[in-house]
Amino acid sequence: MNLVENKMEKIITDEHWDEIIEPRSKLFDLRLKEVWRYRDLLILFVKRDFAAQYKQTILGPLWHLIQPVFTTIVFLFVFKSIAGIQTDGINATLFFMSGITIWNYFSACLTGTSNTFVANAGIFGKVYFPRLVIPLSTVLSNIIKFVIQFFVLFLVMVWIGFKEQYFYFGATWLLIPLLVVMMAGMGLGLGIIISSLTTKYRDFTVLIGFAVQLLMYLTPIAYPLSILKGKSYAWLLQYNPLTPIVEAFRYALLGKGSFEPLHLLYSAIFILTTLFFGAVIFNKVERSFMDTV
Amino acid sequence: MSDTVIKVENISKQYRLGDVGTGALAHDVNKWWHKVRGKENPYLKIGEINDRATKADSDYVWALKNINFEVKQGEVLGIIGRNGAGKSTLLKILSKTTTPTTGSIKLKGRIASLLEVGTGFHPELSGRENIFLNGAILGMTKQEIKSKFDEIVDFAGVERYIDTPVKRYSSGMYVRLAFGVAAHLEPEILIVDEVLAVGDAEFQKKALGKMKDVSEKGGRTVLFVSHNMGAISTLCDRGLLLINGNVNCNDNIESVVKQYLNTGLNSNADFKNTNNNLNESIYSIKISNESENSTFNFAKPIKIFFSIKHLSKIKGTTIGIAIKDRWQQKIFTDTFVIPEYNLNKLESKIEVIIPSKILLTGLYFVDAAIFLQNQQPFEYLTEVCSFEIEDLESELSTYSNSNIGSFYLKCDWNVK
Repeated sequence: MNLVENKMEKIITDEHWDEIIEPRSKLFDLRLKEVWRYRDLLILFVKRDFAAQYKQTILGPLWHLIQPVFTTIVFLFVFKSIAGIQTDGINATLFFMSGITIWNYFSACLTGTSNTFVANAGIFGKVYFPRLVIPLSTVLSNIIKFVIQFFVLFLVMVWIGFKEQYFYFGATWLLIPLLVVMMAGMGLGLGIIISSLTTKYRDFTVLIGFAVQLLMYLTPIAYPLSILKGKSYAWLLQYNPLTPIVEAFRYALLGKGSFEPLHLLYSAIFILTTLFFGAVIFNKVERSFMDTV
Repeated sequence: MSDTVIKVENISKQYRLGDVGTGALAHDVNKWWHKVRGKENPYLKIGEINDRATKADSDYVWALKNINFEVKQGEVLGIIGRNGAGKSTLLKILSKTTTPTTGSIKLKGRIASLLEVGTGFHPELSGRENIFLNGAILGMTKQEIKSKFDEIVDFAGVERYIDTPVKRYSSGMYVRLAFGVAAHLEPEILIVDEVLAVGDAEFQKKALGKMKDVSEKGGRTVLFVSHNMGAISTLCDRGLLLINGNVNCNDNIESVVKQYLNTGLNSNADFKNTNNNLNESIYSIKISNESENSTFNFAKPIKIFFSIKHLSKIKGTTIGIAIKDRWQQKIFTDTFVIPEYNLNKLESKIEVIIPSKILLTGLYFVDAAIFLQNQQPFEYLTEVCSFEIEDLESELSTYSNSNIGSFYLKCDWNVK
């Protein structure tokens, strides 16, 4: 009798459950496999973002062309004509425009992912899917925007190349995809950390708006890093992990300027750390954010 | 091997009431400080049962407290309870949109929820695009959706509009499409919450039939939340009655529905309003009966007394009642304009008499409202009290075992 009971108990405890919902999950259980299972959803979100953004606009994706062109014109006026900044021997138009293009991608990723929870509270509250799909889709749909802007940059390069009889195209171009991925990682990592914090305290939403703007001036977008040589505050830019990426992007694209592989490694380590901690915090918040959002 | 697919063990959920502000930060710091020292979360100890009508003493409340139940494969479980009893919280935990404070739930198979259909529908996208998007949100792969696409469109009956943005759809079409996607999901466990509120009668029938199909032929498990006792009774095998976050009853569906209907049955049908912020308020409703219980004889009139507090004294203030049958369908409504001289008093006592031989045997609910015509009511009380009619002697009493409706009207019959 006792034996039978024991056996029964064993069967019950051995029972296989597909899923166990509990108050707390393991801190480092990031469920990335699940994200992969939802890859179709990821692609559909990207399509949705892109399609929905231009419904009922006349210019559609052309808006992506207008923004960097006008920003470049303003930068040329303010930083070149008024402030007289030297651009490392690079054509000023290309210098500004390349900086703006890569910066736009970062800032779009960061601001886009940073309101993941607040903007999607409605859908998150009703159905479960790995929440990480949303920030990932933001990063991916911004790539489309980046490619369009990069194409404009390329056209401007060709045009200026004809004018100046100088056109650079080399193996360093192969570095560009890596740099874009790094920017995506940086935007995503910081974005998901901020999005996790905003669920309870909205203060961060206000912060992110101008922090991105200020951060741009701490990154060599409107001026080259070289003009700070010997200045006491140059460290501010040197420790900015975005600096090496922007500099390397210009170097890779235009073949001129400064570029230090070791600095890029520093950025890569910074990005990986941010991404890891971001994913851990995000994972912790996503499970119960509906109660506080 | 047991065929239990859902095992809920000691699930509790605590919510913080009120606003998240600097006070919340102080609590967070305190919680963290307790955690650092290895102590228990100090806010888990407090918290009261969740009775929304009474004023809270603390900022924390238990929306669910120690819930335990199991569901077997292929079962259709109806979850019943009044507003705020914790039904939605339970479903939210089951569908993983939030986590429990304590306890665990063990599941077998894929779970999908229809907590309001059309989740993730984008108004700018066409029906076709939304089917794919919504399907993917609910956990289907692109291939699965593709193979079911025609079936979904057919089920929803929106073929003509399939390439039109859904913002141009009528609300009924919208729900049809959304339910169509969800119904073809084929998860092992389906959670359905009040989806049938919209949609015409034909579609409601179709949706209920589909749900029945899913459980009977597909052998899948369905958890169904609704206030529609008619739908619950026909669809479910078993019921779970939640009252203030506790399981009150977990039995076969007939007895649970009966228990639920009886919980609304206050023996003296007395209601006291504690909300003092209203301009005009009903603070007491009493259904009177000589025998001091709420069962009335078919042959006797029903008297309902209202006590109303007047503060605004606006001319034209009207009081109204609606009588609902046991399926919560309104049978009739009547109103009464409070006379001017009464408004000058602090309080009015008003009596309404429902004539005898009108309401047939069964259970009835009373809605009461105080309002100005064509304006937002000062107060609308849903199903504040209830009463039962029994018929022992009239000529209709012999039919009491068959459904003869709830409203009696004597007609003229002539032989010609």
